[in-house]
Amino acid sequence: MSILGAIFMIVGGIFYALGGFGIFRMPDVYNRLQAGTKATTLGTFSLLIGVGFMHPQWFIKILLIIIFIAITNPVGSSVLGRAAYITGVKPYKVVVDELKTLYSKGGDKHGNH
Amino acid sequence: MINAIVAVFIVIGILFSILRLLKGPSTADRVVGIDTANIIVTGLIVFIAHIYDNNLYLDIALAYGVLSFLETVIISKYLEGRV
Repeated sequence: MSILGAIFMIVGGIFYALGGFGIFRMPDVYNRLQAGTKATTLGTFSLLIGVGFMHPQWFIKILLIIIFIAITNPVGSSVLGRAAYITGVKPYKVVVDELKTLYSKGGDKHGNH
Repeated sequence: MINAIVAVFIVIGILFSILRLLKGPSTADRVVGIDTANIIVTGLIVFIAHIYDNNLYLDIALAYGVLSFLETVIISKYLEGRV
């Protein structure tokens, strides 16, 4: 049980380091969102499950934190991506921009929400 | 030994996201950096709970997760111009 927890914790740490490196290296806001948020979500799952294997009496609270992060983290990423598009950040090497007809530049006429 | 390896990986992740927070060209880049740093710090607090063998740090991690989500959403709404 302890060896399994150690393996999960090391995998979570590796995903944290790769997420941080991706957020430093990628060329664009949207690529950085993709690299940072997805990698750190999986890293958080793995590290928290590893700590739950180490301490089995904490497992309900750790499951609560995992469910909360699985709900809120993609929501925050999506809201941040839409805010970056509305403030006028162009995607890197983009060819077709289909959102141009939905959002105006000034931010007073939004799309379907 | 294992705790030291995991701590080194976590510190690398926080360091790179704080570097992006310092040198990001636009405001959205800085918010992306601080969002990633917040998620990694949530995992770090649970890891500290494992190291000190104390139950209370899990509640702190849950409250920190709630506050970091609110921070990201409110800064995004402010960037869109409709707080």
